[in-house]
Formats: sequence, structure tokens, C-alpha cells
Amino acid sequence: MTNQPLLDRQSIVVLALLAAVAILVPALNILAAPGSVLHVSDHLVPLFGKYICFALLALSVDLIWGFCGILSLGHGAFFALGGYAMGMYLMRQIGPRGVYSDPVLPDFMVFLNWKELPWFWHGFDWLPLAALMVLLVPGALAFIFGWFAFRSRVTGVYLSIITQAMTFALMLAFFRNDMGFGGNNGLTDFKDILGFPLQAASTRIGLFVLSVAALAGGYLLCRWVVSSKFGKVLVAVRDAESRTRFLGYRVEHYKLAVFTLSAMLAGVAGALYVPQVGIINPSEFAPANSIEVVIWVAVGGRGTLAGAILGALVVNAGKTWFTGVLPEFWLFALGGLFVFVTLLMPRGILGAAKDIWERSGRRLRPARVPEATAQAAE
Amino acid sequence: MTSLRSILQAFVLLIGMASAAMAGPYEDALPKFAADSYADTEAAVSGVAGSGHPLALNVVEALRDGRLLVAAGRVYLRDVSGRLIDAATGGAVEPAAGLKPVRVNNRVRRAIEAALGGMTLLSPDAGARLEAARAVFRSRDAAALPVLEKAIAQESAVAVRDALEGARAAILLSRPDASSSERLAAIETLHIRGDQDALALLTTLPPGAPSDIAEAASKAADGIRTRLALWNAVQNVWYGLSLGSVLLLAAIGLAITFGTMGVINMAHGEMVMIGAYTTFLVQELIRTHAPGLFGASLFIALPLAFLVAGAIGILIERTVIRFLYGRPLETLLATWGLSLILQQGVRTIFGPTNREVGTPGWMSGALDVAGLSLTYNRITIVVFAFLVFSALLGVLRYTSLGLYVRAVTQNRRMAGSMGIRTSRIDALAFGLGSGVAGIAGVALSQIDNVSPNLGQGYIIDSFMVVVFGGVGNLWGTLVGAMTLGIANKLLEPYAGAVLGKILLLVAIILFIQRRPRGLFALKGRAVEA
Repeated sequence: MTNQPLLDRQSIVVLALLAAVAILVPALNILAAPGSVLHVSDHLVPLFGKYICFALLALSVDLIWGFCGILSLGHGAFFALGGYAMGMYLMRQIGPRGVYSDPVLPDFMVFLNWKELPWFWHGFDWLPLAALMVLLVPGALAFIFGWFAFRSRVTGVYLSIITQAMTFALMLAFFRNDMGFGGNNGLTDFKDILGFPLQAASTRIGLFVLSVAALAGGYLLCRWVVSSKFGKVLVAVRDAESRTRFLGYRVEHYKLAVFTLSAMLAGVAGALYVPQVGIINPSEFAPANSIEVVIWVAVGGRGTLAGAILGALVVNAGKTWFTGVLPEFWLFALGGLFVFVTLLMPRGILGAAKDIWERSGRRLRPARVPEATAQAAE
Repeated sequence: MTSLRSILQAFVLLIGMASAAMAGPYEDALPKFAADSYADTEAAVSGVAGSGHPLALNVVEALRDGRLLVAAGRVYLRDVSGRLIDAATGGAVEPAAGLKPVRVNNRVRRAIEAALGGMTLLSPDAGARLEAARAVFRSRDAAALPVLEKAIAQESAVAVRDALEGARAAILLSRPDASSSERLAAIETLHIRGDQDALALLTTLPPGAPSDIAEAASKAADGIRTRLALWNAVQNVWYGLSLGSVLLLAAIGLAITFGTMGVINMAHGEMVMIGAYTTFLVQELIRTHAPGLFGASLFIALPLAFLVAGAIGILIERTVIRFLYGRPLETLLATWGLSLILQQGVRTIFGPTNREVGTPGWMSGALDVAGLSLTYNRITIVVFAFLVFSALLGVLRYTSLGLYVRAVTQNRRMAGSMGIRTSRIDALAFGLGSGVAGIAGVALSQIDNVSPNLGQGYIIDSFMVVVFGGVGNLWGTLVGAMTLGIANKLLEPYAGAVLGKILLLVAIILFIQRRPRGLFALKGRAVEA
């Protein structure tokens, strides 16, 4: 099989669209007159930024689920860990402006009557270290977890369930005040980032553009991974794990590498998410959140990368709209989406669109990639 | 009627007179109340209490309630109906001038409590005697000793006698002037009693106790500590068993569906919830139409919950899961979607708040066994969980449906080749698993809040049980549920509830690494599954 080019037509379209978004949203926010149809109001910028972060999270899930068949139902944990690392930096930036005016200790520690900073909070007032932790903490957790799980060949629903257990355990842990991460309330009341006030419109635009850039970078990285030889092996693992192993590949190494990479991407998404929504608390670890991410990927089209981005944007926009207009129907819609997509649209929006495209006869393509199935072999 | 009452009054008066005629400790003690000094009042209390006079109890109670009055050196008491009575004679008198209540302070109040305890020790009511014995045990008032001896001599009820002897031992132990043998006997009595109070007594020996007594006391205290720790452990194991039963109920249906189809049914928790809501509906109907049947409401709800949840389960299997065979991950997502829909459906119909499900009379209360308090609803749930388990085991072992289900679990294609209609068995097994979840809901409605979120609270725990126990074997589910339940409760005292749970989750994650197919894995030659 020949290697695919890094940038195929689809990737160029995705990158062009992302560039357009990165230019249009700030432009329409600043240039269009308030009240005009085209104006993007100030509260919409962080909302769109939030969607972009979710898209990056969905991308990280698609990388392992779509291309390696690892269904992680605990990716919300990596997202939240990245968020907490960023939240800790933002907490330290508050400095003496907190309610208790303590120059070093965040408010919740003063409230809990702690006398000094716990060791793991040191250095988080320095952004490069915090940024490193955004990558390292989720990456290390994924590496340890994956090393155990893949080495002992935990696969399929078993793996999905223990990832749920992982995020559930982390949620319980972060709810405890003794953990030193603000317990129930999490980290909030952030003031500024690198000296730029978070409430300012310009900072928000900056964060938005940064998020889009991160998404584009993440997309390119994933494209590079899946179009390389490494990516081919991943697909082989997805479609026939034992056969790949018998061919001499160290399946667990491939899985571990891609799982760790994916966790780091999720951590970056979380780190960009926190300054835009202004809070991170343990409910981000909720098992249900992680399951929801999977449905974004499924809606957009599993194993397509672009589909993950599309799905995250569509479902979250739908969520915002539904919870505003018909709040009690959102869960019906979301639940129905799960059932509908798995039953009738297994290849998601992109897959369905491609089918229609092909059927209309304008283009004839070679046989499509076989459907990924974890078929039980008796 | 009036005449009868006056005759009675006269009679009572007569008795009072008769006893008053013989001047005794009561008559000696009484005037001290009038002295208006706390020390004298205290002396008077113990004098009156020790007199055995029929009016003694009334006098002390009156003093406690501020109804004991003095005027011109004589003592009166106002009874509850407001009449004034001469404390010396018991006869009703006209209110005299200058009546003043006898004042009390904390010291006197303590003396009053101890005296009352001593006096009710001889009450004809066994419950009152027991209560009094406990009061004396706490106060350790040496003045009660003579009454205590008398009470022990004539006590017939064993429980009261034990309490009385415990009280005597408590007094003797803390009394420096008791003989050495008496105190050793007291230590032995307290050792046998062996509860937290006895331990406190033994460890706070008054200073200056002889060394042999101190040694005996510390030895007895050690013995009690060991025993208490043991009972504590037993209690924790019981809590664990009870939690394990809840987990067993929640997970056992899941084990069947997972076992046969290899599918984790994320909507399983919602089947439990539907069972609980069925119970709620049954109780509502009974309340409005046949209140007399309330005690039987759970028995009516059981088959209904099984049918309702089972029917919904079969419906789900026929309309959704059937199309997703061979794709367990997609099934997981689809059933998660169904669980969201079911939750929101129940929330729309019944509202988001908790619904009140009553507990029948026969399930309330508690059984006290040797220092353990076992509530009846917990006992019922433990027994019920084991009944459901045995029934399912029987169904799988002895019915043809069970045979087919086992065959499909072990080797689907082979079972199909032998003429078993596997898709029909899937539907039935799914219905059976869901029905059992409904039954679990009836039981859980007794110990948990019936709300649309009921099922979500159990789903991760149920997964853990099934994954830990292994698939395709109900015994694995039983062992898994009980191990997790008991481990959870044994960890709780040391690590706290939340940390204990986290530790357990981590332990399970690590355990899966060692045995990826659970404790009781089906043995086969599958390359991968």
C-alpha cells in the first residue's frame, strides 16, 4: 500500500475552513456593527472557543477509536487533567487579589486553613511549567494506564469499562478537599493570563484564535500519524489485532503510543477550555461526559478526523440551541442521536455524505475502507 | 362518685398517717429541706430516698420539678393537679402563707437523679427498673448501693439483673473503701458486660487503687477491647454483606445479558429505576383504593416490576440491539442513548424530584443481636438477594431456557448449529436480565431515593461487579458483589468512604490486568474476544 499524502483534498478543505473561522469570527466581532446580523457578540466568542476545544477533544478520541479501535470512555479525565493544570496556573496568577488577599495561597487553601502551598502546586506560577504539565500529566496517566491495560490485552468493552472506572475514581478523588484542588468548587475566579485580563474581549479573541490554531495543529498531527506507516499498523490493529500480532508487530507498543498521544491532545484541549469558560471542577470527570464525546465522533463520522471536528461542532451547537429553547427535550434528542447514529448512520455525517456523493455517480472511488468491527471470534 | 373518691382519699390518708406515726429516717430527713442550705437539701434527698417511705418518690420528684415548698419549717408538696399536700402526713392542706420552693443547684440535681434512679430500681415495671439500673450505672452513686443490693436480691428478669449487677460493679469499682475481693468481682462483672461503658470505667480507675486491682482492670480492659474490635469487624462485615446484596441485585441481571450477548447494557440501571417506579405506582394505587393491602404492596409490585422491566427489555432488544450484533461497542453507545431517553421520559412523567415509597410495617424496626443492630429492611434485602440469586441459578440450571442460554453463552455458533434459535434466546435472556433488574428496583426502592437518577448510581458499580466476577457464571457475580461490598465496608473505617471507594476502583483496574476475564472466566480456546 502506498502512503497517503499528508495533505489530501479533505485536509486542505478542513484547514482552509479553520483558517476562515479564525479570521472571520474575530473580524465579525470587532468590525461588524453591534446589532447587525453578521455581528458576533462578545459572549459568543468564548462559546465558539469552547466548541473548538471540544472539537480537539473529539479529534483525540477519533485518533484512537477510529484508527486503532480503542474505545476510551474516560477521555474526559485527560481533558480535565489538562484543564486542572492550566487552572492551577491561573489560580497562582490571582496572587493577592483573592478574597483573602493571601499573596501565595489560593482562596480555598486559606479557607481550609492550610499554612503553605502543597508541593505539587510549586512552580505553577510559571506558564512554561504549567504548559509542560498540561502535556505530561495526562500523558503520564495514559502511559501508565495503557501500559498495564494493553500489556495484559484488555480489549473491547472491558477496556471501555475500566476507562470509565478510571475517570469515576478521579472524579471521586478530585471531589475531596484533601486532594488540594479545591474540592467540590474546583478552581475558579481567574483574573488574568500572562498579564492579559481574562474578561477583556481582546484576550478572549486571542484565546479563540489560539484554540483554532491548536485544533489545526492537532489535526495536522493526527493526519501525519494516520497517513504514516505507523498509522497503517494502527488500522491493522483495529481490524485484526491478533493477525497483526502474528505478523510480528508489537501491538501493545503501537496502542500505548497512540493512546498516550491522544491523551496529551485531550489535555491541551482542556487547558484551552479552562480560561475560556473560567472554571474547572470535578464534574468534568463525570463518566457521562466522556461517553458524550464518543457520540460527537460517531455523529461526525468515525475514523475520518474531519468528522470528529464536525460532529463536536454540530452536537454542541445543537445542545446550546436545545437547552435554550426546549431544555427538557435535550436528553431525548441526545439519546435519540446515540441510537440513530449507531443504528442507521454508522459512518456518521461524513460517511453518509460520501455515500450520497458516490451514488450520484459523479465520482467513482475504489472500495471503501472496511468497517471496523471488534468481531468476536469463537 | 364523689363519695367513692373521698373514701379512697381517706384511705390513702390513713396509710400515710400510719407510716407517719412511726418516726423513721423519712421524718428525720424531711425537716432538712426547710433549712435552706444546699448541703442539707442534698442530705435530705439521700435520707428520704433511702427511707423506703411511700411518699419518698413523690417528694423527690416534686423537688426535681420545683413543686416542693416550705413554709415555717414544714414541708409541703404541690401535686400535679395543683393540690397542696403535707409532705409529712400525705394529707391535703389549705395553702399556708409564705410558701417558698426549695432551691436546688447542680449538686442537688445530681443527688436527685441518683436518688430517683435508686428508687425506681424497685419499680414493678421491668422497663423502668432497667432504665434505673442504667442511670445508676452512669451516675455510680454510692448511696444507691443498699437499694441496688435489695433489687438484685429480688430481681427475676435476667436482662434487668445483669444491668443491676453491672451498676453495682460500677459503684464498687469506683469506691475506694470497697474490699479488694469485691472490686475484683466487680472487674469480672464489667469484663463480662464488655461494652464501651464498661471499658471506660475500667480505664478510668480512681487514683490510688492497689496494684493488683489496677492490673486486673487493665487486663479486663484489654479483653474488652479485643472483643469490641471483633464485634466491630462483625458489624462491618454485616454492612458489607448488605452492600454486597444491593450490588448483587443490581448486577445480576447485567451478568445475564453480558454473559449471553457480550453486550454491556448501559440502560440496565434504568431498568432498576423502572422497577422502583413500578413500586411507587403500585403503592399509590393501594393507598387510594385498598389501604389495607399496604403491607403486601411489595409482593404485588415484584411480579409487576419483573413484567414491566422485562417487557421494556425485550422491546429494546427487538428494536435496537438486534441490529447491532457483533458490534459490542456500538451496542454500548446505543444503550447509553436509550438510558438517557428512559431517564428523561421518567423525569417528564413523574417529575425530577424524589418519589415517596413507603416501607411496610413488617420491614421497619431492628433486631438486636449481641450488640449488633440489624435493621429489618437490610435483613430483608440480604435474604431477598440470595433468593433471587438461587432462583436465577435454578432457572439457568434446570429449565430448557437456562440450558439454551448457557449454550449460547459458551458458543454461539455451535449452539445455532444445534438448532437453538439464538436470536430468540437473546431476546428472552435480555428480557430475563431486565426483569431481574426490575425486581432489584423494588428492593432498592426501600433503601434509596426513588428518582430518575436512581439507576445511574448503580451502573458503574454493577459493571465493576460483573467485570470482576467474570462473565457467563452467576457464581462469579455473587463472589464479585460480596467481595466488593465487604471490602468497601472494611476499608471505610480506615480510609473514609470516598477514599475507600477510590482504592477499590484502582484495585479492580489492577485486577483486570491480572485476569482480563474476571475471577471466574469461561475457559475456551478463543484467540480473541
